[in-house]
Amino acid sequence: MAIPSTASSIAESVRRGERTATEILESYLANIERREKDIHAFNLVTTEQARAMAAKVDADVAAGRDPGALAGVPIALKDNMCTRGVPTTCSSRILEGWKPPYDATVVTRLAAAGAVFVGKTNLDEFAMGSSTENSAFGVTHNPHDTSRVAGGSSGGSAAAVAAEFAAASLGSDTGGSIRQPAALCGVVGVKPTYGTVSRYGLVAFASSLDQIGPFTTDVRDSALLLEVMSGHDPLDSTSIPQPPLSLMSSLDQDVKGLRIGRITDLPGGSDPEVEARVAEAFAALAAAGATIVDVELPSMKYGLTAYYLIAPAEASSNLARYDGVRYGLRVESSDTNSMYGATRAAGFGDEVKRRIMLGTYALSAGYYDAYYGKALKVRRLISDDFARAYQKADVIITPTSPIVAFPVGAKVDDPLSMYLCDVFTIPTNLAGHPAMSVPFGTGADGLPVGVQVLAPTLGEAAMFRVAAQLERSAPGGAR
Amino acid sequence: MSAEKYMIDDYELVVGLEVHVELATATKLFSASANRFGDEPNTHIDPVTLGLPGALPVLNRQAVELAMRIGLALNCTVQPCTFHRKNYFYPDMPKAYQISQYDQPLNIDGWLELPGGKRIGVERAHLEEDTGKSTHIGGTGGRIHGSDYSLIDFNRAGVPLVEIVGRPDIASPDEARQYVTELRQILVAVGASDAKMEEGSMRCDANVSVRKAGQPLGTRCEIKNVNSVRSLGRAIEYEARRQIALIDSGERVRQETRHWDETDGRTHTLRTKEDADDYRYFLEPDLVPLAPETSWIEAVKAALPMLPRERRARLASSTGAPADGEAVMVVVERGQDDYVLDVASHGADAARALVHVKEAYAEQGASPTVPAADLAAMITMETSGKLTSTQAKQVLAEIVAHGGGDAERIAAAKGFEAMDTSALEAMVDEVIAAQADAWAKYCAGEEKAMGALVGSIMKISKGKADGKAVTALLQSKRQSA
Repeated sequence: MAIPSTASSIAESVRRGERTATEILESYLANIERREKDIHAFNLVTTEQARAMAAKVDADVAAGRDPGALAGVPIALKDNMCTRGVPTTCSSRILEGWKPPYDATVVTRLAAAGAVFVGKTNLDEFAMGSSTENSAFGVTHNPHDTSRVAGGSSGGSAAAVAAEFAAASLGSDTGGSIRQPAALCGVVGVKPTYGTVSRYGLVAFASSLDQIGPFTTDVRDSALLLEVMSGHDPLDSTSIPQPPLSLMSSLDQDVKGLRIGRITDLPGGSDPEVEARVAEAFAALAAAGATIVDVELPSMKYGLTAYYLIAPAEASSNLARYDGVRYGLRVESSDTNSMYGATRAAGFGDEVKRRIMLGTYALSAGYYDAYYGKALKVRRLISDDFARAYQKADVIITPTSPIVAFPVGAKVDDPLSMYLCDVFTIPTNLAGHPAMSVPFGTGADGLPVGVQVLAPTLGEAAMFRVAAQLERSAPGGAR
Repeated sequence: MSAEKYMIDDYELVVGLEVHVELATATKLFSASANRFGDEPNTHIDPVTLGLPGALPVLNRQAVELAMRIGLALNCTVQPCTFHRKNYFYPDMPKAYQISQYDQPLNIDGWLELPGGKRIGVERAHLEEDTGKSTHIGGTGGRIHGSDYSLIDFNRAGVPLVEIVGRPDIASPDEARQYVTELRQILVAVGASDAKMEEGSMRCDANVSVRKAGQPLGTRCEIKNVNSVRSLGRAIEYEARRQIALIDSGERVRQETRHWDETDGRTHTLRTKEDADDYRYFLEPDLVPLAPETSWIEAVKAALPMLPRERRARLASSTGAPADGEAVMVVVERGQDDYVLDVASHGADAARALVHVKEAYAEQGASPTVPAADLAAMITMETSGKLTSTQAKQVLAEIVAHGGGDAERIAAAKGFEAMDTSALEAMVDEVIAAQADAWAKYCAGEEKAMGALVGSIMKISKGKADGKAVTALLQSKRQSA
């Protein structure tokens, strides 16, 4: 009997005693052993810890205790989530040698549900990037074509699921960092409503935009992980005071009567094959009984610009604590101020420095109103546009990424073209809404295409209904 | 209110105070670590306090409540508010930003009334977190620059502070001292802080400028490192004179932050406006807006204790003493005003109770150990003439020493018998006869001569005669002579 390939089927078989967590883990570790050198999904594979967690799950089952909804599911964690005693680097030299003394809330919740952590995945340094090329520890390659990027910033987590190094993984999404790599790697990726999943223990990039979410091979698994991870956390003041999401029941509902929004003024420039897949997605949903409605989002075209002021502004403040005083890298120098400078010059990569400078400038006296202040107004306008659109539509469909996975190195010297990868994903973060990417056929060179489903605040149930339908309707052989 | 305006030469002072107070909460402003002074360094720390990656702040409700008490006691409006980040690098600032309040503080637009009645405006009283404490070893002057190394104690990092920003309504060093003294009493009264300047739980910065009467405001300097009420007055006066000397010699006052040096009694440039940090304030995205419900505000207001000003007014009206007089000020500051009123309720004269408590109860604490009834009985003996004021003091000293006692018995044991008027008169006549010269001089209008007569009478009465009664007798005898 083959090893089950989805998180829900693994958990089910382990809880029933049909499979042990240990044998499942070993099969995933064998995949890592075989292909990790070509992919580089991980900064660290925590083999021993994983074996201990699996053994504990097996002991629970043997003793008649229920190990939880994720019993024995091998899960990879983006390396910007704190894990007690396990290095957490954010793929940055500046955090060299730092081991957090505490677990992120998501880590605690997944572990309590019986998950088995296989390792910490690579990312663009401090989650700043769209290709996982801005990592201090090397590029992550796309399992579908290792000459291409996996997307980013959660490229390691997306690649880990696509390469079957883990049954599921966690990423963080500030402007598309879960959805874009999910699309490029042909897996499901979800950014839930801001405040649904605790950020406690997620190393901040841009606090008002960051949100943790899952990567999985199918829509059901994402629903399962979200049910485990979500729900109020008193340690995160921006966490919405509500019980965990309930999504599993949405998966089997059809889409009859749902209104699917199509943005008439969507910024152009997407690959024709990406546009073709999205058109097919609309057709499939219509065929399944949904109604397609036109909506306008006139402010969407300003989203990218606003994002590249707001996110760097917050980042410039969030990353100021890496000063060499208390932890991580310290480059000694003659006095404190020059120690700060030398440490930060050596510890941060170019993209991080670029954004710190951009954000510092945007917040500076005399420039605040023209840059950061104006960006906040755009943010409000985008929310207002969405509010109007969601009077007409229950969800909105767009491409996740305008392009399929691009060759490693193709955009590293052109930050603006890299930033454009996130044009469809960024508005969601600015509005705090949920959105997810679902694999839907292939584009150029047979590479995966993702369709993005957007929903209003706490609209996850309708979003998952539509995502499940897209999964059912997707052209065969996407993966 | 002082009638005479404080001036140095022909300049008037314009002073505004910014006072930081540490709140007496159990835990820190944004984490569960204990808020305790004086413990082993770096024992009250956690991921939030240290600004570890991924840690997030959670607002302490008790801190908000204490901050509201301060605002309400200072007649502020409590309003919906937000938190901002104030960004700057310093080794004892773990996140490289301080969470503070910026354009929407919790408390706005209040005032503090000085004992004499003058109101000093309070622009705002907002919540913020304290930094850690650095100790710079080696080098000069305990400053980071030039030191060999520095030690940081993060126990203080994240301790809740309220910054009370006063309006520039203070016109003299004395008013500044009164403001801080009164504020301290209010903070202690409402239980918001122990407000000890010497321990740093209350810190005061002074913005000082000078101008000639009727002129627009002068350039101000901010004075830091003022560690006592006494230093505050000295620092303000020094700084005002420094600015006046500059202006008088044709120079201009530069806007800058200056450091008060207690040892040389001067202020020194700390940083000029040009080197001031650009704090790049922006809304703290890790916290949500705070909007205390009206019912909460009302409950905090209703639970406020009587404030020092009200206590002084109450004591003044019961005793007839002035509300800003020394006796009322001292007794209220010690918290013994309830006791004075208790003594009065036992039938004693309230004015005498005030005087005795002020003079004999310095060591007694807010709740004296002497039963109010015992003091009342002693005072009743005094006011009915059974004890002279000298005898009353001696009896009271005995009562205080024993934590109470029967005044009649103590007086009897000491042989303090009331002297009746005829006996006293006989003594007076005896002394007049014996010292005819002195008597003649006194009758001729030489007031000094009375001293010798009184002294002799006291002597032959062995101190039992009441000085006031003796004086009155001598006066009436001179009139009828």
